[in-house]
Amino acid sequence: MAGNSSYNPTNKVEKWFDERLPLLRFSKEHLMDFPSPKNINYWWTFGAVLAVMLVVQIITGIILAMHYTPNIALAFDSVEHIRRNVNYGRIIQGTHAVGASMFFFAVYIHMFRGLYYGSYKAPREILWILGVVIFLLMMATAFMGYVLPWGQMSFWGATVITNLFTAIPVVGEPILSLLIGGFVVDNPTLNRFFSLHYLLPFIIAAVVALHIWALHVPGNGNPTGVEVKSSADTLPFHPYFTMKDLFVVVVFFIPFAWFVFFAPDILGHADNYIEANPFVTPAHIVPEWYLLPFYAMLRAIDFDVFFISAKLGGVIIMFGSIIILMVIPWLDGSKVRSGSFRPMFKPFYWLFVVNFMMLMYLGAQPAEGIYVILSKVGTAYYFGYFLLVLPILARIETPKPLPSSISQAVLDKNK
Amino acid sequence: MATEIKEEPTRRDFLYVTTGAFAAVGGAAAVWPLIDQMNPDASVKALASIEADISAIEVGQSVTFKWRGKPVFVRHRTASEIEEANAVPLEDLRDPATDAERVLAGHEEWLVMVGLCTHLGCVPLGQKPGEEKGEYNGWFCPCHGSHYDSAGRIRKGPAPKNLVLPPFEFLSDTLIKIG
Repeated sequence: MAGNSSYNPTNKVEKWFDERLPLLRFSKEHLMDFPSPKNINYWWTFGAVLAVMLVVQIITGIILAMHYTPNIALAFDSVEHIRRNVNYGRIIQGTHAVGASMFFFAVYIHMFRGLYYGSYKAPREILWILGVVIFLLMMATAFMGYVLPWGQMSFWGATVITNLFTAIPVVGEPILSLLIGGFVVDNPTLNRFFSLHYLLPFIIAAVVALHIWALHVPGNGNPTGVEVKSSADTLPFHPYFTMKDLFVVVVFFIPFAWFVFFAPDILGHADNYIEANPFVTPAHIVPEWYLLPFYAMLRAIDFDVFFISAKLGGVIIMFGSIIILMVIPWLDGSKVRSGSFRPMFKPFYWLFVVNFMMLMYLGAQPAEGIYVILSKVGTAYYFGYFLLVLPILARIETPKPLPSSISQAVLDKNK
Repeated sequence: MATEIKEEPTRRDFLYVTTGAFAAVGGAAAVWPLIDQMNPDASVKALASIEADISAIEVGQSVTFKWRGKPVFVRHRTASEIEEANAVPLEDLRDPATDAERVLAGHEEWLVMVGLCTHLGCVPLGQKPGEEKGEYNGWFCPCHGSHYDSAGRIRKGPAPKNLVLPPFEFLSDTLIKIG
């Protein structure tokens, strides 16, 4: 927080440097002494996990780019070359591929934490919106990365997703050919996806910097949702939370390592070990698990609504399911941040979590019979939660009494 | 500070505005090549037409040709398929088109279509013997379950349009030019 500098240069060199570029001051204030609520629980450690995952993906990605060839004739073989011939390539490629899944696993925990504890509420709306922007960038990056091995799922995933744009009236077709650089997904598409896949993580890093900046203006939220009132409510970030975060990162790395060492392909799809063939579509096109809920919502719209075709409707719903996250701060008018003090909110919240997982399951199933019906129900609840449940609860719910301060909450807990 | 003085714009104001306007136009003009480079390049466009020999395609057979990187379905239809397509009332169709509008006059047995589902661009099944042909004896897209009839018209599923007809002509009875 601004204005309470804890940095005192101890020698002349530091003082000289500080007057010219206050880098050490900035580090001391924001990376070490930053006052953090002392009651934040383990759900608050996933921001650090995500920061570590971004670094892991950038480092492994830069290494992979040294050995990968973005050309349709060579791409598929070059990935196999990395896995079989390059020293430690099996581990590095596995880390990058599994890392995408671990990254999304962590981001979903981070987001559900925010939804439960009302982290999006004033004064943290911009912080939350930047988070949604990062999530969108992550999805774009992951999608383009998945195309690079040029397997069947790469090719047909790219075809289906880029064709979403043709749902836009009039300008859809020109946008599609601008995106893929041809009449179908082909070498120009692979080349530009490689270029953009390399670029986007750095854009993400820049938005993450803004995200943390926006976090450091009001400071962290906490499980009670009561704002910090005095220094008795906080502890310095280092060493209390740096070490706690580090502990979680180590624990997080255990399943991560298990996947990389023993089952690097278990989260992917076997069809991606068949080289791309523009003339044969796999029987079931399935995106990676972390995109499945949104894919299920895309497919749930198989009916026309007035002048909106089923195709355009599905695209609107799919993009809308993420864009709607940006306006939650204004949909949920409840003055109480934390779900812990909202008795009516809790069951709806957990139903939302279960519903999200159901959509994830449905996205992997064929679009027929009961699966389609359940997808429609799930899509309706997903939107209903934001558009009806949150605004209505804000008006009718009587929250439990809030503790007078964070310290008081901690003391009460230990009684 | 509080008193408003309405001054006439000066020559200098005019220069500021015109300089800014020129910079904006120049900037926009400089950005266009940076965007347009992503559009299909000359080598991609150069593959715009092909000639296809259809002499070996027996009645009831289909062959897939490659045109602009896309699969093109050429089907030598049976009399019963043509009859079936003609029997469908137009009001049953999502994207209404008569069978005659889907083929060239005098060559009704030849159906030539881009073999990409109009939903999200997958290749529908139904070209090879034994493949699923959908509920309307035409083509079936496995991705999201669109059914096309024996004239390639959308009948069921999420696709909004009939299979697209590429521009083509008969150079002779056994040779067609697509594109």
